[in-house]
Amino acid sequence: MSLVKISGLHKYFGSNHVLKGIDLDVAQGDVIALIGRSGSGKSTLLRTINGLETIDKGELVVDGTALHDGKGDLRALRQKVGMVFQQFNLFPHLTAGQNVMLAPTVVKGISKRDAEDIAREMLLKVGLSDKFNSFPDQLSGGQQQRVAIARALAMQPKVLLCDEITSALDPELVSEVLAVVRQLATEGMTLIMVTHEMRFARDVGNKLIFMHHGLIHESGDPKAVFANPQTPELANFVGAVQMA
Amino acid sequence: MAYQFDFTPVLDNAGLLLTGAGFTLALTAVGAVFGIGLGVLGAVCRAWKLAPFDRLFGLYVEVIRNTPFLVQLFFIFFGLPSLGVKMTEWQAAVLAMVINLGAYSTEIIRAGIQATPRGQLEAAESLAMTRTQTFKHVVLRPALAKVWPALTSQVIIVMLGSAVCSQIATEELTFAANFIQSRSFRAFETYFVTTAIYFVMALLIRQLLIQLGQRVVVGRAR
Repeated sequence: MSLVKISGLHKYFGSNHVLKGIDLDVAQGDVIALIGRSGSGKSTLLRTINGLETIDKGELVVDGTALHDGKGDLRALRQKVGMVFQQFNLFPHLTAGQNVMLAPTVVKGISKRDAEDIAREMLLKVGLSDKFNSFPDQLSGGQQQRVAIARALAMQPKVLLCDEITSALDPELVSEVLAVVRQLATEGMTLIMVTHEMRFARDVGNKLIFMHHGLIHESGDPKAVFANPQTPELANFVGAVQMA
Repeated sequence: MAYQFDFTPVLDNAGLLLTGAGFTLALTAVGAVFGIGLGVLGAVCRAWKLAPFDRLFGLYVEVIRNTPFLVQLFFIFFGLPSLGVKMTEWQAAVLAMVINLGAYSTEIIRAGIQATPRGQLEAAESLAMTRTQTFKHVVLRPALAKVWPALTSQVIIVMLGSAVCSQIATEELTFAANFIQSRSFRAFETYFVTTAIYFVMALLIRQLLIQLGQRVVVGRAR
């Protein structure tokens, strides 16, 4: 029984056919790394999974909530799908704690007191229990990104989408964010991440998906795929990024 | 030149001037609260393109911004009674100020709303927040914070502009000044003091609004 099931998904930006029929099954607890060149459609695919991009054709089902050809209950879908962005996107006028509390109180109608408990628990989980009252501009990039992860987790999503979440960070801050993601993975969180951290994808992921020209070009166990790419495109890509 | 300065008639009537100044501040306060409120409403309609309100607010903004405040005031006070809408000079003055500030602040606040980074909206969307929830909790405060200096200036412009309300006998500061001047013929002294009072009030309002902005809009002390 798959948690996320995508079938025959097509997406156009105007006349540009970005996703050309994606089929993907994600099981509970899967940690999926989406890799590929810029423009291959990996971020677009990720963003369709919580409705940030509309779907022109095809079906998306997340834990029983379905979109047929892009139509369905988007808000129900989004309550099941958390998302962490490259640019953190914290709300600058709210403290770290308030950032985490906002959606549970506003969307789920949880009381302020209970939401605060959730927020403290989530901030503790990402190692920032002492930053509850800090504003985003008082935090480092790595800390902001961990707050963003806590904010997504506070909605208790079934699956967490990570869109190049370390790409905007200074190199020395990458590991603290990856450590949090690794922890989530070992706790059984279902993760789909677009990443350029190939070593991380190999070590933490249980499935690697290589996208090329809007299609899943090659996929499988990350270690096997990296060690033995079956297509010249992936071999080329792995060769280009491996050393970096 | 042998003009003898004599501030006595002005000082003797200081009570009138101060009462007038008080009314000017009261007009400004009411005008600012409702004007900015109207501006938020207009800005939302414009920024979200809520038909037909976006067009209506667009027309309203253009009409108000391209006509003199004095004429707007005369239209409300002298013109509307022809349609059976009669009001006191105070009601007309407040209404004119609200309508005037509402138009300018619609455009100012719209700029703040439209400057919301896309990522903020996507983050709110991905957290399953509705558009209204997003506006209330994510967009509004940072938008107001961004344009607060511009809004502050506009409130001061409206405060200074309220001087023309004396033309419909609203007994605010300029009305009091005109009254004193017409009795004493001490034009220089009267308007010198009146100018100073406006100047001090403008400085005070600016400080007050900056403080208010820090506390309420930005939401944290610097």
